[in-house]
Amino acid sequence: MAATQIQMATVAQTREFPVVHIAARRGWLALDLAELWAYRELLYFFVWRDIKVRYKQTVIGAAWAVLQPVMTMLVFSLFFGKLAKIPSQGLPYPIFYYCALLPWMYFATAMQGATNIVVDQQRVITKIYFPRVVLPIASVLSGLLDFAISFAVLLGMMVYYRIVPTSAVIWLPVFTLLAVLTALGVGLWLSALNALYRDVRYVLPFLVQFWMFASPVAYPSSLVPEKWRWLYGLNPMAGVIEGFRWALTGHGQPPGMLMAASSAAVVLLVLSGLVYYHAVEGTMADVV
Amino acid sequence: MSHIAIHVESLGKRYRIGGRARYLTMRDRLTNAMTAPVRWFGSNGANGSDAGPRHIWALRNVSFDMHEGEVLGLIGRNGAGKTTLLKILSRVTQPTEGSAEIRGRVGSLLEVGTGFHPELTGRENTYLNGAILGMGKKEIERKFDDIVAFAEVADFIDTPLKHYSTGMQMRLAFAVAAHFEPQILLVDEVLAVGDLAFQKKCLGKMGEVAHAGRTIVFVSHQMNQIRRLCEKVIWMDGGTIRQAGPTAEIVGAYEAAMTSGTASNDADRGEKVHFLNWEILQPRSESAHMLTSFGPVKIRFIVQVNQPVQRGHHGVALFNMDRQLMWAWAKDDVRLEPGIHSFTYTFPTLPLRPGAYAWQVSLWEDKELLELWDCLPEMNIATKVFQHPRDEWNGVLNVPCDFTIRNAEEAPIAAKSSF
Repeated sequence: MAATQIQMATVAQTREFPVVHIAARRGWLALDLAELWAYRELLYFFVWRDIKVRYKQTVIGAAWAVLQPVMTMLVFSLFFGKLAKIPSQGLPYPIFYYCALLPWMYFATAMQGATNIVVDQQRVITKIYFPRVVLPIASVLSGLLDFAISFAVLLGMMVYYRIVPTSAVIWLPVFTLLAVLTALGVGLWLSALNALYRDVRYVLPFLVQFWMFASPVAYPSSLVPEKWRWLYGLNPMAGVIEGFRWALTGHGQPPGMLMAASSAAVVLLVLSGLVYYHAVEGTMADVV
Repeated sequence: MSHIAIHVESLGKRYRIGGRARYLTMRDRLTNAMTAPVRWFGSNGANGSDAGPRHIWALRNVSFDMHEGEVLGLIGRNGAGKTTLLKILSRVTQPTEGSAEIRGRVGSLLEVGTGFHPELTGRENTYLNGAILGMGKKEIERKFDDIVAFAEVADFIDTPLKHYSTGMQMRLAFAVAAHFEPQILLVDEVLAVGDLAFQKKCLGKMGEVAHAGRTIVFVSHQMNQIRRLCEKVIWMDGGTIRQAGPTAEIVGAYEAAMTSGTASNDADRGEKVHFLNWEILQPRSESAHMLTSFGPVKIRFIVQVNQPVQRGHHGVALFNMDRQLMWAWAKDDVRLEPGIHSFTYTFPTLPLRPGAYAWQVSLWEDKELLELWDCLPEMNIATKVFQHPRDEWNGVLNVPCDFTIRNAEEAPIAAKSSF
């Protein structure tokens, strides 16, 4: 045994081979960024496949990415806007709703995709090793294409309604990143849970619906009493959606308190998600 | 003296009973937690001695070293732990205890065509599958033409995979796998499928790899493959190493154990009569269980009779690997005195497609089953293929034939293929 170790030490000096150590893993959080980087091409291919496959054998293809938010926007504008007369921060209803639906639809699809991806890819997981965290990340990233397509529609609408963005628009990438991270954080938790308990897939549609009503999609967050605003902000999507409206149109207030609470919540969500995902990761191939 | 490529030390893997524990519902977990709160917190570590009746060790105390450039075969019955070992080495799953160290870029082929998507084209799937195996984009680009040529699917490369025949999908999957060149390759029984000609092509490619000084761990049930490719063999049984050493020696011991019935699953075999082994008497080839040519075939089953059989009934059946019955036959009024007997069958030819087949022989007396033996090893058919060139027209039989076209006014003008 000692002899073996000495010999192996020599090997390490003479040859540049990657050394893989296999053992029952312990420890909490090990997001191995170096390893993730080494697998960046696989990540790229997973994103690429997701996008390629999404609209294959559909008649109108990527137009679905536009149709869904636009139809929802019309329904919301009619019922919540014209009929229920919900305040819209002085914005035309279509703009008010579309600005919110943009990040919301991205979040809802990305989160659902990420939740199901571990189960969907179980054949791959049980046959090949790669850092499992690649899967939810790929899922969340691939949703960005639809997001970009529906964003183009918003630009058209803004021209039509003659709304010029203020300098606040530079914050938009930050809010987008927050939406991505929120979807990732939830996706990490739910995909790992889904691998263990298939109950998750039944809870998911309900969760999405519930979450939408807990976010300022159909109404402005100013309807929430001031003293509860911080609590409301613990829902990261609250910060993201208000942020989108503010950054794109300049209407409403900069979401200060809300944003701080949301950012904190996102950090917590992603970190805890990584810890939990890591705990399940090692035996994912056995249980999924 | 080459360097150590794989070092495995007292590796163990514990599963819940039922093999891969299926997912639990939340309620199961909660019930478990209620009834055994201590276990809930306690025993997911590696202190394996507390394995309750609900767990089994699929692998236990496995240690070995492999040098760079060695080709190691893993043999053993189903459930012996071969695949579990391979899964741990390829990091698909974690061991419960013990450790392993691997030096070099590892690639594993537990399956071919992993990640294939029916909606994507052959080209797209090649890239995807290559990336999943661990090839870089540039590497795939470089090998792409070779892969397509190897798979013989050039005309369909931009057609969605769902329009491929099973055979074409398989060939593409193999072709990608065959062009995958990690320093250390872990291969599960992936070569057992596909038609024989293509299998040979893949084996040839693997042989090249083996001679290129790559380290390979190879699982197979086909002893002729193991003999051809491996220098050393580990015989796994019940999750542990039963024997390890040079190929000829270990494979010989394994085959002897399988045929003489000392394998543990044979413990409940017949007492009154007992089939000992089977072999192909004619034609003789390098293996007594392989058929490489057409023509008369003589097959012999040896049976040991301990108590006289008066009104015996003997059955024989031949299955393919999908457990489809190929042929069966029976004989009534069999009388046997104690001693060793041989049952010999003579066939004018066995027109079966190349592949593995399993004989099953049985002996009954007055509707009471005395002995039923699924013959081991399997019969390997490796004859020349007489089939339609298109996969969807490949039949169950492989019938050798002559074909002539004759002009009514002249002498024969063409005579194609003979055997």
